[in-house]
Amino acid sequence: MPKIIYISHDNKKNIVEVPLGLTVMEGALQNNIEGIDADCGGSMACATCHVYVAENWFNKMDKVQDAEQDMLDMAYEPKKNSRLSCQIITSNELDGLEVTTPVKQT
Amino acid sequence: MIKTDAIIIGAGPTGLFAVHQLGIIGLQCEVIDNLDRAGGQCIELYPDKPIYDIPAISKCTGEELTNGLLKQIKPFKTNFYLSQRVEEIKQENNLWILKTNKGNLFSAPNIIIAGGVGSFEPRKLVLKESEKFEGSQIFYSVTNKALFKNKKISIFGGGDTALDWALELSKENEITLIHRRNDFRGAAHTLSEIKKKEKDGKIIIKTPYNLKSLAGDKTMTGIEIEHEEGKLEKIKTDYILGFFGLIMKLGPIADWGLNINNKTISVNTETFQTNKEGIFAIGDICTYPGKLKLILSGFHEGALAARACFKRAKPNETYRFEFTTASKKIHDRLGLKK
Repeated sequence: MPKIIYISHDNKKNIVEVPLGLTVMEGALQNNIEGIDADCGGSMACATCHVYVAENWFNKMDKVQDAEQDMLDMAYEPKKNSRLSCQIITSNELDGLEVTTPVKQT
Repeated sequence: MIKTDAIIIGAGPTGLFAVHQLGIIGLQCEVIDNLDRAGGQCIELYPDKPIYDIPAISKCTGEELTNGLLKQIKPFKTNFYLSQRVEEIKQENNLWILKTNKGNLFSAPNIIIAGGVGSFEPRKLVLKESEKFEGSQIFYSVTNKALFKNKKISIFGGGDTALDWALELSKENEITLIHRRNDFRGAAHTLSEIKKKEKDGKIIIKTPYNLKSLAGDKTMTGIEIEHEEGKLEKIKTDYILGFFGLIMKLGPIADWGLNINNKTISVNTETFQTNKEGIFAIGDICTYPGKLKLILSGFHEGALAARACFKRAKPNETYRFEFTTASKKIHDRLGLKK
């Protein structure tokens, strides 16, 4: 199972194994990782599962789709490496992925 | 004090259909919503996006669904109290007393919370110091256009609201439009209008920039923005308009002593009553084993909650189940001609 590293805004690290095919958002909820709200349940209709992806990982991932970018415009403090964690599906290639949660989601 | 059989909090599809279900069994209700119009998430988040899972309707937009529901409840002449939020509730004997932030008072034996994921509020600027100027020089909606005449305005955001106001206000003001990335999401026509205005020097576009700091002590005199690559730039600004979309907050509901877990309220699935007698929760805001956040589930939940409201609203009467096809009483309530 790929390991995902969740880092809180104040730099607390949580390393959890997330079953293949689940999203990074689902991995957070199932492991009670704080800082990800996911109000809409993963339908890309809110921006409350917003994370910052470590730069080296961000560049390896597919280009962010327009609809996700549009939603990220409404996130709390979006940056260049922002993603919605409900749109990142775990895979073996993403083993060791580092995401940081923002100060808050709403 | 407005007295009625049930207060519905939330005018989304679930709340609207609950009006219908109360109406056909002869109960009156009043509806309160924080938005300025009915429709909830359907109208605010996806007015133009088709929905494909409303029974018997292969495809309809959020706006069409809302309009259809409003038409369906027209016979009941329900009052809507919009742009206001329920701030407090208290219990007096068998009645609930509600007060909104606009000072409206209600009394009813039943409250139906159909609040979706909470009430919509504009997302604000992240900068802490912006609070100081909110309401005087920083706004998240435009209510008085005249205020901005011949002023320097910095507009933040990349969606239709930001673009539409940039166009409108550029007629009489100096506009800087600032967005965190190079792409705007807006109607094609609006985008070409913006480009034209930029060419004519009526609108200055700054992308990909974010707000870095505000200048000025008692009065804001300018802003500093930061390019994605770190370059800073100062802009003289009288007013900031921020259009970052809406966020949903549970708000005061969280303090009413209800069983809330992950922003949802636990209910009993026979009646959709919460842990408080006479307070029901339906739609996206309620939870129970197997809950699906679908509009059609909200309709079902409202139908059952309405029947449960009957017992509290008319304790001396017996509720009798009737079909809309055959019941003369229901036909009268719907105002059908014989």
